Amino acid sequence: MSEWIEVGTIDDIPKLGARVVKTAKGNIGVFRTAEDEIFALLDECPHKKGPLSQGIVHGKRVTCPLHNWNIELDGGEAVAPDEGCAISYAVKVEGGKVMLFTSPTA
Amino acid sequence: MKEKLVVIGNGMAGMRAVEELLEIAPDMYDIVVFGSEPYGNYNRILLSPVLAGEKTIDEIMLNSVEWYAENDITLHSSKTIVDIDRRACKVIADDGSEESYDRLLIATGSNPFIIPVPGHELPGVISFRDIKDVDDMLDASKAHKHAVVIGGGLLGLEAANGLMLQGMHVTVVHLMDTLMERQMDSASGAMLKTSLEERGLNFLMSTSTEAIVGEDHVKGVRFKGGLEIAADLVVMAVGIRPNMALAQKVGLHCERGLVVNDTMQTYDPRVYSVGECVQHRGETYGLVAPLFEQAKVCANHLAKMGIAKYEGSITSTKLKVTGIDLFSAGDFIGDESTEEIVMQDAAAGIYKKVVLKDNKIQGAVMYGDTVDGAWYFQLMRDGTDVSDFRKSLMLGQAHLGDSGHGGENAAATMADTMEVCGCNGINKGEIVQAITVKSLFTLDDVRSHTKASNSCGSCTGLVEQILANTLGGDYSAAPHLKPMCKCTEHTHDEVRKAIRVEHLTDIPSVMNLLNWKNADGCASCRPALNYYLLAAWPAEMKDDAQSRFINERAHANIQKDGTYSVIPRMWGGQTTPNELRAIADVVDKFELPEVKLTGGQRIDILGVKKDQLPAVWADLNAAGMVSGHAYGKALRTVKTCVGKTWCRFGTQDSTTLGMDLEKLTWGSWMPHKFKIAVSGCPRNCAEATIKDLGVVCVDSGYELHVGGNGGIKVRVTDLLCKVDTEAEVHEYTKAYIQLYREEAHYLERTAPWIERVGLSHVKKYVLDDPENRLALAARFEESQKYSQTDPWAERASEGVAQHEFVAMKEIG
Repeated sequence: MSEWIEVGTIDDIPKLGARVVKTAKGNIGVFRTAEDEIFALLDECPHKKGPLSQGIVHGKRVTCPLHNWNIELDGGEAVAPDEGCAISYAVKVEGGKVMLFTSPTA
Repeated sequence: MKEKLVVIGNGMAGMRAVEELLEIAPDMYDIVVFGSEPYGNYNRILLSPVLAGEKTIDEIMLNSVEWYAENDITLHSSKTIVDIDRRACKVIADDGSEESYDRLLIATGSNPFIIPVPGHELPGVISFRDIKDVDDMLDASKAHKHAVVIGGGLLGLEAANGLMLQGMHVTVVHLMDTLMERQMDSASGAMLKTSLEERGLNFLMSTSTEAIVGEDHVKGVRFKGGLEIAADLVVMAVGIRPNMALAQKVGLHCERGLVVNDTMQTYDPRVYSVGECVQHRGETYGLVAPLFEQAKVCANHLAKMGIAKYEGSITSTKLKVTGIDLFSAGDFIGDESTEEIVMQDAAAGIYKKVVLKDNKIQGAVMYGDTVDGAWYFQLMRDGTDVSDFRKSLMLGQAHLGDSGHGGENAAATMADTMEVCGCNGINKGEIVQAITVKSLFTLDDVRSHTKASNSCGSCTGLVEQILANTLGGDYSAAPHLKPMCKCTEHTHDEVRKAIRVEHLTDIPSVMNLLNWKNADGCASCRPALNYYLLAAWPAEMKDDAQSRFINERAHANIQKDGTYSVIPRMWGGQTTPNELRAIADVVDKFELPEVKLTGGQRIDILGVKKDQLPAVWADLNAAGMVSGHAYGKALRTVKTCVGKTWCRFGTQDSTTLGMDLEKLTWGSWMPHKFKIAVSGCPRNCAEATIKDLGVVCVDSGYELHVGGNGGIKVRVTDLLCKVDTEAEVHEYTKAYIQLYREEAHYLERTAPWIERVGLSHVKKYVLDDPENRLALAARFEESQKYSQTDPWAERASEGVAQHEFVAMKEIG
């Protein structure tokens, strides 16, 4: 069953960084931008499944550590000219707490 | 209300300026474009392949009519502007319609030059400039047999080749005794002529046209001296002239072209101009790369940013005839003040000539094997002193040092199915396809679209060749000074200087002061900036973990499945039973899947999950082992042989020297990875002469070798010097490493760094100037004070960066 789950506080995630939430269906990377926006993507690059959570975050993008694809944190789309889309999850911050919706965004 | 920009000329230069403008200031202007031709904007330089039947018109369109609508641009095609009222700020078209402007961009290009011989106005006499000319030639080739092309330059030969491929019998008439004499010397011009003759073209050299014969249509051409040959089609391709008639008519200052300043502005401040119609600092240009540079500068000023300057271009030339490789750039003829180096193999069809002045390249001309054209061009533009590698200059870049990744060197003759990029599996056909279908013009474009040369980079020269062949005469390499990345206009050296001079100690200050375009940079510039700050201010700078690549953040090497590999340090490649036991125990305890010996005499434990790393490190630490930095842009390993302790040939104690050097240098961050080896005798079992620093012991002392590489391109070291004592080895090591740390660009190994700055440069600072050597060594020691802490111990038992290794939460 899908639901909103508290996964930690915003301060658990480094600015311009990411943390991993382990789930039965695989890891989800939870990203924090310089402006403290939070995004969540399945931790698999659409290219060769590289762990996006381990990449460098800049603007609203993350660069995959394996082959340098750039992925939009908002929606998971690969930045052109690369083509592909990472699976994204809804996430929200309430009173400093990070809430993750456990089913992927359609 | 928006200001209005009117563009006269719907060609490549004008539309490039519009595209650049839309990129940086999409909403600033209402844009109106006038073009004489009835099309959108097409790639004029690909008309030759269209004529040759290798491409269609659709394939060479750059901006379709729909594109103008999508970008809210009003396009008036088939309308020629005949007058400009500069006082009222309006243009007048040939149908009487008018359009007012706030700013005007003149991009009228050039006109083919028609020799005014008798009969030049006869039907059947055409030039080679636009789609209509190509259509005329294609029609003629269907109905007629004999064609004469007047002009043996680039355009003339491409036209002749195309007509021949369409089945015509073609004679090329040239006034001079060398084909393409502005791009070729007599030797290469003769080789070109021979190979074109073998393909079926006929030539009349040193021949001057007297008249074109015929009553109501061309029938033949008569030459001085009386010779007359039959012709149903005459193509005049003797050159182009800037099309400045309109500008002259309305009183804009013109000389050989419409004169502009460094901001592409004419003498009327509201009127700008780009392209072939322009004269800038006394030069006119007919190639695409300079026009695009002009377009970029012009857009910057139209957008009122006012920071860019066009300072002129140096260009190179290629011929777009399939299967013929030729290249030339600069002054390839030379004079009494220059020297020339020539390499010629007539049977193999190879000719190369480089003209030097004071050991700097002035120009080059090549035929047959042109793979190094881009390299010579780069050396020429950079003004590089080639004395350090002069004797191998003609063998090409791949032969600097030694052999490398084997590759093709004749892009034009490669089959489409041949692999170009061995890392990403990209073949020639895919690259050509991407260049034409996606309208790519630069190496960076090709890299991002195809990934070719995007990984190890060893095929870069070949990809540039394919780009040049596909775009033909109109390609030239990237601008002279390359910005660090797309986030900035500044070069690596400028950024490093600013960090030093302005005493900047963190990334935001650098980005702020140097006007970074993207607030937090990108994955390319952030690690570079972090390194530059750390190298400049080791005591003050606070390392930014989020700006480090994951390997340096996690202190282990990420693998394709997301696990990590762990390589403990083994000083000088020597180990003990206890260390080996500890490694074996770790592998058993954590059930790790693989153990492997590395090329640098270390042991690699593979398949470690990230959350296991601290516990693995704790066990290795307990046995006295520390991080091997096998994951870092840092000192990797010091490889040694057993030396005179055991070996009957050994001259010095190479193992102990290697261990001492590793203790001296471990933990230091570098522009790229750095490998050292120490061999105990000239048999060189530690392979010291392909390392960043190699020590080869001899009976009388120690040879210090620098700038070697055993990777992508094997490069044998250069001998820096020979010293007498181990103390000197230490001192020179510290100084050399520090010079590299302070000067090389991020991700530049010592081999390309030394090729860039020259061995003489390194000698000057490390060898010839003892005071400077000691100062460099002292700065290295100072920075080592802050770097020789074991990062594994900090994370395994001192609680550093724990968030890196544990999940935020586990659910389900």
